[in-house]
Amino acid sequence: MQKATSLRDLDWVLIGLALTLAAIGVVEIYSTTAHSALAAQYKKQILWILLGFVLALVVSQIDYHIILEQTPWLYVLSVLALAGLLVGGRSVAGARRWMHLGGLTFQVSEMVKLVIILLVAGYFADKRSRYVTWGGLVKLGALVGLPAVLVALEPDLGTALTFIPIAVAGVFLAGIRARQVAVLCLLGLLALPVGWHFLRPYQRERMMSFVRLTHDTQGSSYQVTQTKIAIGSGGFWGKGIGNGTQSRLGFIPVSHADSIFAALAEEQGFVGTLFVLLLYLALLLRLVDGAQMAGDRAGAILLVGFAAVLFFQIAVNTGMMIGYLPVTGIPLPLMSQGGTSVLFTFVGLGLALSVKVRQFVN
Amino acid sequence: MEDQYQQDEQFPGWKYAFLQYAIALAFVLLLAGYWRLQIGQYRRYLDQAERNRTRNLPVIAPRGRILDREGRVFADNFPAFSVLLMRENAALLSPARSEGIARGLRLDPSEVARLVERTAKLPRFQPVVLKQAATMEDIAFVESHRVEYPELDLLQVQQRLYPKGQIAASLLGYVGEVSEEMIAAPGSLYRPGDVVGKSGIEGFYNSILVGRDGMRRVIVNSHGQEVGSLTTINALPGNDLRLTIDLDLQMVAEAALGESPGAVVALDPRSGEVLALVSHPSFDPNEFAHRVGRETWQQLTTDPMKPLLNKAIQSHLAPGSVFKIFTAVTALETGTVTPDYTVHCPGAVTIYGHMYKDWVWDKGRGHGSVDFHRAIVISCDVYFYTLGKLLGIDKIAFFAKRLGLGARTGIDLPNESSGLIPSPEWAQKVLKRKWYAGETISVAIGQGAVAVTPLQIAYAIGGIVSGGVFRRPHLAFRDQLLALGMKPPDEEDRRFPLAGATVETVSKGMWGAVNEGGTGGSARSPGLDISGKTGTAQVVSASLKDSGGKKAEFRNNAWFVGYAPSHEPEIVVSALVLQGEHSAVAAPVVRDVIKAYYDKKASRVAPARVEQMQTKVLSQVMELRQLVPLKAGTP
Repeated sequence: MQKATSLRDLDWVLIGLALTLAAIGVVEIYSTTAHSALAAQYKKQILWILLGFVLALVVSQIDYHIILEQTPWLYVLSVLALAGLLVGGRSVAGARRWMHLGGLTFQVSEMVKLVIILLVAGYFADKRSRYVTWGGLVKLGALVGLPAVLVALEPDLGTALTFIPIAVAGVFLAGIRARQVAVLCLLGLLALPVGWHFLRPYQRERMMSFVRLTHDTQGSSYQVTQTKIAIGSGGFWGKGIGNGTQSRLGFIPVSHADSIFAALAEEQGFVGTLFVLLLYLALLLRLVDGAQMAGDRAGAILLVGFAAVLFFQIAVNTGMMIGYLPVTGIPLPLMSQGGTSVLFTFVGLGLALSVKVRQFVN
Repeated sequence: MEDQYQQDEQFPGWKYAFLQYAIALAFVLLLAGYWRLQIGQYRRYLDQAERNRTRNLPVIAPRGRILDREGRVFADNFPAFSVLLMRENAALLSPARSEGIARGLRLDPSEVARLVERTAKLPRFQPVVLKQAATMEDIAFVESHRVEYPELDLLQVQQRLYPKGQIAASLLGYVGEVSEEMIAAPGSLYRPGDVVGKSGIEGFYNSILVGRDGMRRVIVNSHGQEVGSLTTINALPGNDLRLTIDLDLQMVAEAALGESPGAVVALDPRSGEVLALVSHPSFDPNEFAHRVGRETWQQLTTDPMKPLLNKAIQSHLAPGSVFKIFTAVTALETGTVTPDYTVHCPGAVTIYGHMYKDWVWDKGRGHGSVDFHRAIVISCDVYFYTLGKLLGIDKIAFFAKRLGLGARTGIDLPNESSGLIPSPEWAQKVLKRKWYAGETISVAIGQGAVAVTPLQIAYAIGGIVSGGVFRRPHLAFRDQLLALGMKPPDEEDRRFPLAGATVETVSKGMWGAVNEGGTGGSARSPGLDISGKTGTAQVVSASLKDSGGKKAEFRNNAWFVGYAPSHEPEIVVSALVLQGEHSAVAAPVVRDVIKAYYDKKASRVAPARVEQMQTKVLSQVMELRQLVPLKAGTP
């Protein structure tokens, strides 16, 4: 294992993919917010990307094992921060998701995502058996579940759900028996009615409208309808930058943030959709490839966990735009406007780079 | 630590391959979904996006103004707002939304539901008017609920304004929302919520006054707020209509009649131009400019004096002694008597075994020896009873009809009444009984079943004293109608030439009635050559009247018709004062109008003053309308 790495050895293809996606995001943010009250958002986004990029380079220089060693106190800090938010956080639009630091707001759950990746990676790093034990599953479930529940209580069900694919990816790599999978699936099914009970009215409404049990043209299915109109009306070539009537005239909500992909589809057409999805695909496949070459199990899980969380967010975000999945507030990584999300995605990328640069060399 | 990690074995390679294939599969599915929307259903979604961002807003054409003969304004427009229901995204409202909207706009929820249902079949791009004359509160409601109710929008419209309020209201009529029958009529271009003339001039000349609405295609945001404009089809304003009415005479006639219920009609017998047309009590057409309040409507329709009835053309009543002129003309034209025919009047006469009293009977005397001229001057009943007996009903009816009674004059106003000249045929057909000879005696002095309108009286008397030339009364200038491409009504001027001697005799009689101490003395005005005839029509039989005491509804109707000058008259005015009891109350009304006509002819000072006064009233009204949003039902 080399002690120091040079920047030249980093995976610049990965960095290039991430920066390209972020740049496309900036263009779309600019296009949908120009001449509106949010017109300056794209500049902020550029600053966050640059900051994230620098952070990624810094993190890539740190041996990920050293970072892994910080997991216990990072975890405790995360849980405390989440609990603190619930107790004393300022409510913005009915949710306590943001921590206020000076003049900046900070979405704690975005940071927790990375901590969960570290947690899962660390957890399986020294397990030697071929399959996880029930005890191990319960322990992991409790460790991941606690922050997830706290996030879900904010309420931010979408982000809470992103923790699950990390754990699933870890368990999958570490090995699990088919019988255990079956039992878990059954338990999950049984838990559904209980979960329904805990959903908030608007969340239930989203689920109902997703399965077409209710149809309110002005409510949550309105959102999906309008988003589909935006995407569909983009056609093959799109309407061109700044010409997306659906996104610019306010028919799609938060077209610069969560719904940015619909704005892209409207303005850049299927060509744009295809191009961006292929970039994401390349990014994900490259991360998984890197895991295969990782120096150790912890590194592999770090990469796959990061890929899992990205994949989950990309699939859910782009899938709900076309009605594949119920509406939930999940940003599109790298593209959606939002400082914390961009920053921690780049930090995650830094972690991935750190693993990749220290990969097993034979 | 480091050593431990380095000794780790790798996870099996198939797991990575599995993950990669799973990810790739998910992306293929996603791309298929986007392909389906963006390529497969591109047209459909493009249409929807286009409908989302554009909105078709009508541009309301202002209705033409109604002016008097000198261009002074009777009916104008002022800007107001209507609340529209945009139906591009949904033709129907859910009950909850419909109720929310109704509550916000303070409308009857069932009415809103009915309107929505009724308009469901109209093209989606046509908005529906939910509420006219939106108040400040309504406008605030729409503006503050753009998110909740994006289907609501505001439209600037031209609200009808009658700056002179009740002046000439019966004549002008009023406007209102187009009826369902009118919308359904073949060839109709009307849409629900359109404003059309409902009565009077507004109704009769609606096709001239109404404009053609334009359309504006605008870009809106998701809140329905306009952010840009695409195309505009300009509205075609309605045409102004100039009436033959002279505002000055109209004002004088309104004032002369005052609070009394009744009507006044002033015509120029040389042309048929209507110079003034008054009906009291009246109403304020401004209250109809938007949906009229239930309370106001109730009050207007249940008032026993029928304010919505244009009494000048619609009330058909016995004319009383005014009818003696027609009996007189009949007698002279048929050669039944000559002007020197004399009758002795002891105060009553017995004909067919029945005693017919003269109006002086109650004063305990008779008129003595009366010749033709004197009979008209003092309105001797006995003389005309005698003539009636000599003539018989057939001749009287024949002449009365030729002289302009018993049929519509053809004035350009809706729902004119034809009145009634009774005859044996009429009795047979309508009453299914024989005509009694005694009825003829009553008809001869304008009682019994004879019914005329104030307009008919002015028209007929004007025609008689003009030698038998009956000019169709009209309110719109013929040239103007032709210029606007509208064919003036077919009923043309009628001629029924009368012998010069006949005209001379009855004219002199009517001059005497006013100027020789006759019954029309209260119409006398020094320096003016006014002639006329009085009429006092019993509403009930004399015996019933005596038993009924002084009940208002049993009081006689007072008539007077006057004209000037006595030869080739320029103006003929009829006045009816309902329950006026004595014709002496109607005569001064006619006198005032004729005097005003000559005053105005002599000098131009008076009109200027009147105009000044009107401008002041107009500006006050405009101020009021802008400051205080109109509410249905408030005066």
